[in-house]
Amino acid sequence: MKSRHKRMTLILGGLLLLVGATALVLSAFRENLVFFHTPSEVAEGKAPTGRTFRIGGMVEAGSIKREGVEVRFAVTDTARSIPVVYSGPLPDLFKEGKGAVVQGKLGTDGVFTASEVLAKHDENYMPPEAQHAIDQAQQTAKTLQQ
Amino acid sequence: MSTSESRFNLYHYAAPQAFYPVAGKLAPAFAVIALLLTAIGLWISFFKAPTDAVQGEVYRIIFIHVPAAWMSMFVFLVMAFWSAIGLAMNTRLSALMAQALAPTGAMFCFVALWTGALWGRPTWGAYWVWDARLTSQLLLLFLYLGYMALVAAIDDPRRRDKAGAILCLVGAVNVPIIYFSVKWWNTLHQGASVSLTKAPSMATIMLSGMLVMALAAWAYTIAVALYRVRVLILERERHADWVRGELARLGEAN
Repeated sequence: MKSRHKRMTLILGGLLLLVGATALVLSAFRENLVFFHTPSEVAEGKAPTGRTFRIGGMVEAGSIKREGVEVRFAVTDTARSIPVVYSGPLPDLFKEGKGAVVQGKLGTDGVFTASEVLAKHDENYMPPEAQHAIDQAQQTAKTLQQ
Repeated sequence: MSTSESRFNLYHYAAPQAFYPVAGKLAPAFAVIALLLTAIGLWISFFKAPTDAVQGEVYRIIFIHVPAAWMSMFVFLVMAFWSAIGLAMNTRLSALMAQALAPTGAMFCFVALWTGALWGRPTWGAYWVWDARLTSQLLLLFLYLGYMALVAAIDDPRRRDKAGAILCLVGAVNVPIIYFSVKWWNTLHQGASVSLTKAPSMATIMLSGMLVMALAAWAYTIAVALYRVRVLILERERHADWVRGELARLGEAN
């Protein structure tokens, strides 16, 4: 075995060990690396209680209600839905049926009091005409189902 | 190795003296390609690509942000590749290549973070959040800066190359973490719009603008790295006769 092949093997072996170690560390911290919990996780009691955390999901269609400076809406992952109350400025992309991440505390009454609301954008980029076409197609599909 | 004289020998160009003139020829060519692609890319980005249905005009940041982010990750992998070659084969040029690439990688990394922050404020409602994607990308910037500081701090060239190479190889583990962070964990950052495993979720004209800008970033990186490696070669080999000759020639030309 040439010395340079030996060194190459050592480097590869070292890298493999390092990758393995990193994978173990990351999987151990898995819970702490999530930016938000889903409404289902909250319902199952997996979310932290008594301290600030984030819930992510879709803003439920037809759920936004404005009462003065307060905004009430629900965040859903289609399986479960959590009512949220918030007072403050909302990002431009905050819309019904779109993704959002809310940060705050879960009250004993099951209402989440948010101190911050972030809009989550999806990975789709398209011109308005294409979006319009998709909306129309979905509308047609809905009408056909009824 | 009796046949090595007759056929094209890659090892020949591993010698800094042999690579120096080649880099001098290639660098301007890549610089011209980079300029042309940037001009075409920016034209598509600002005049051809339509407004996004949801985000409006602010989405145009992707024409800078995405190529910069791709490049910042890829450059670190290339540096790790040269580092591995350098450690295994004891070639002086490999470490110089890694050192020549680092400032460009750091620049792209900073651009990705900066444009991302400018996009995040109007879109998400925050300049910065500590989600897995953003945090691991910030770590990449620190790795670049740490690498450059480490390399600058060690006087002995052999020790410098070795220390830098090890930092590169260890730090490269972060790159797949950045890339897959949006898949492995819940992040505020959206998933990949373009990947090898599925059709791109982006209008064709937007996608082509982004890809042209990405190619421009490639050409720019190659050009700048080649210019920089020439300087590093001259500095490293300054006691060699050929460098004295070259420096005298450069002095006369000015």
